[in-house]
Amino acid sequence: MTTAEKYVAAAYLVVFLAVLAYVFIIALKLVRLEREVAELTELAARRRAEDDRQPELERVG
Amino acid sequence: MSAFGLMAASVVLIFFVVPDDADQGFSQRIFYFHVPIALTSYVCFGWGAWKALLHLWKRARGADLESYVAIHLGVIFGALTLLTGSIWAKISWGHWWVWSENQLVLFLVLFLFYCAYFMLRFSVEDGPARANLCAVYALFGVVLIPVSFLAIRLAQHIIHPVVFTAHGPRVHGVMLLTFCVSWAAMLALFATLYHVELAGKRLDSRLRELRELLA
Repeated sequence: MTTAEKYVAAAYLVVFLAVLAYVFIIALKLVRLEREVAELTELAARRRAEDDRQPELERVG
Repeated sequence: MSAFGLMAASVVLIFFVVPDDADQGFSQRIFYFHVPIALTSYVCFGWGAWKALLHLWKRARGADLESYVAIHLGVIFGALTLLTGSIWAKISWGHWWVWSENQLVLFLVLFLFYCAYFMLRFSVEDGPARANLCAVYALFGVVLIPVSFLAIRLAQHIIHPVVFTAHGPRVHGVMLLTFCVSWAAMLALFATLYHVELAGKRLDSRLRELRELLA
């Protein structure tokens, strides 16, 4: 491999690694958003269950 | 998908089709990525400024976020321009960086100016004031783009090659085709990353609102 080929390979590798790093960061962000959506879904389900139970408690009271 | 296809096509053209440059030989192949990346960074900054103008002029909803995402990508493309340019400079001129070359320094100034955009954005509390300040800053920065672009043409020391002159391009045939495909690939990459990042940021913002509502 000549010096020119090494430098050209290095330049392309820099671009490739930058795109790869960006995709990796976006993937991490997607995982976080997915976790947040799951948490909020659970929170909303718990709220709904509490609201459904409320009239029963009022009737008993 | 189109970005991936164009990228693959440009890599094939660069390494298997395009001939070696008569003057610089194999190392000239950096040109097919370095110049499209630099031009795409100008497009990103220009798009960011356009969105900033829309925010100030028409109070377009979401224009501030769109401007921020475009500038963020512009800084990434700008960093890649500086890195690939330095590698090319080392093999062509024997130096990683030449401070006496105005065009290099002007691009660095443009890059640092937009890096400072983030310092401004994250030092002001979220709200209309921050959006207005950032929009004005992004509009000021766009003035540097033609200066940086023209500096390559107006420079007295012509060590930085000028490929596209007023009399047309200095490359022809397969070299010009390879350059056009590479630039299209970079623009497609920018468009893809712009939409992905924007969608992520919008989703993040809606989730925050939802969390506040449920709290």
